[in-house]
Amino acid sequence: MRDTRLTIVKRAVQEIKDGMNVNLGIGMPTLVANEIPQDFNVLLQSENGLLGIGPYPIDGQEDPDLINAGKETITTVPGSSFFDSAESFAMIRGGHIDLAILGGMEVSENGDLANWMIPGKMVKGMGGAMDLVNGAKRVVVIMEHVNKHGESKIKKECSLPLTGKQVVHRLITDLAVFDFTPDGMVLIETASGVTVEEVKQKTEATFTLSPLLLEVQ
Amino acid sequence: MKSSKLVTSFSEAVSDIQDGATLIVGGFGLCGIPEHSIQALKEQGTKDLTVVSNNCGVDDWGLGLLLANKQIKKMVSSYVGENKIFEQQFLSGELEVELTPQGTLAERIRAGGAGIPGFYTATGIGTPIAEGKEVKEFDGKTYLLERGIVGDFALVKAWKADTLGNLVYRKTSRNFNPLAAMAGKITIAEVEEIVEAGELNPDEIHTPGIYVQRILVGTNYQKRIERRTVVHA
Repeated sequence: MRDTRLTIVKRAVQEIKDGMNVNLGIGMPTLVANEIPQDFNVLLQSENGLLGIGPYPIDGQEDPDLINAGKETITTVPGSSFFDSAESFAMIRGGHIDLAILGGMEVSENGDLANWMIPGKMVKGMGGAMDLVNGAKRVVVIMEHVNKHGESKIKKECSLPLTGKQVVHRLITDLAVFDFTPDGMVLIETASGVTVEEVKQKTEATFTLSPLLLEVQ
Repeated sequence: MKSSKLVTSFSEAVSDIQDGATLIVGGFGLCGIPEHSIQALKEQGTKDLTVVSNNCGVDDWGLGLLLANKQIKKMVSSYVGENKIFEQQFLSGELEVELTPQGTLAERIRAGGAGIPGFYTATGIGTPIAEGKEVKEFDGKTYLLERGIVGDFALVKAWKADTLGNLVYRKTSRNFNPLAAMAGKITIAEVEEIVEAGELNPDEIHTPGIYVQRILVGTNYQKRIERRTVVHA
């Protein structure tokens, strides 16, 4: 894993508290599962119909009838349950999932998220992302702070089609952590060795500084 | 008990699916897809199909077979990113696509099967999929109206059936199958094993047989895996 991704994943896992039911998105969010403390009772939900995702199976024991939302072969943990897709999204839409951690392409200063479509390129579809951002009790987005051209992915307004409007509670990047509050976007943490000045320079969105702002050591 | 639902061949099971029919097809990715019914439909060559299914298979398997054979006119799906033929036909305008959020799609199918013509959800508010849809406020929050879906036929895959069409699914291959079963005017269930009525525990039946009109056993299921992720012991 690249250092930036590891930084993000290590910070993201701190969002998970003992006893939570959590949905991790496909890609980088899936990696957060490996960092959950062993002594935590956390159930991971897979929107294709499982609460209680376990680790990848031992080679030779994979079961084609047992996959996660990323279509990867998985196992279950003790206490897991299977259900159909309508029940799965009843859980999500009904506010029973404590936390969703999703990837992002762009986040705006009012908490809009775009993560499913780039016009002009192939449109793959939104999968369950639109349901998750509107249904989970808490939505945390994790993404790299700037794109490969060095441009800020944190915008005044998203330029890409939205996944949800004013749905993000917290944004974690390789440089910083922001909260979205009724008073706007607030910088609450900078990553180790990152100055507020650098965050400002690499962020298109307007934000304020939390009085409790801390630099992670 | 003699059952009138048992069908002996897949070609017979799909024989009255006409050009232009709407099909609801179970499965998530390649997990829990009705492999044999899809294959039979390919061989039959039925065209101009509207297919409601979370995904559209891959280039050479599942619903991708019908796509490659140009039998599908319109797809209603939440995620279609695994299929290059899909991309080509979509960009050339041959294929019409209605992208629907996964939870909304599941509920639209469930609602259709439950006789509910529409429902309100917050999913999609403020996004392109809200365009043209009726909105309504409930308790200060905005929701949009989504329609239930009913299919001329549903194609589903279960693990076991009894002779009355009661179905049991295995692990995450359940996914959209029970919903599809509800929403088909004629539901064709293919299974790995059929047992006598009474042999399944009534407490453990996932789909009551009332939703299922045709049942048949498939053999040699390929059950392809899209992403084989394992750890080495």
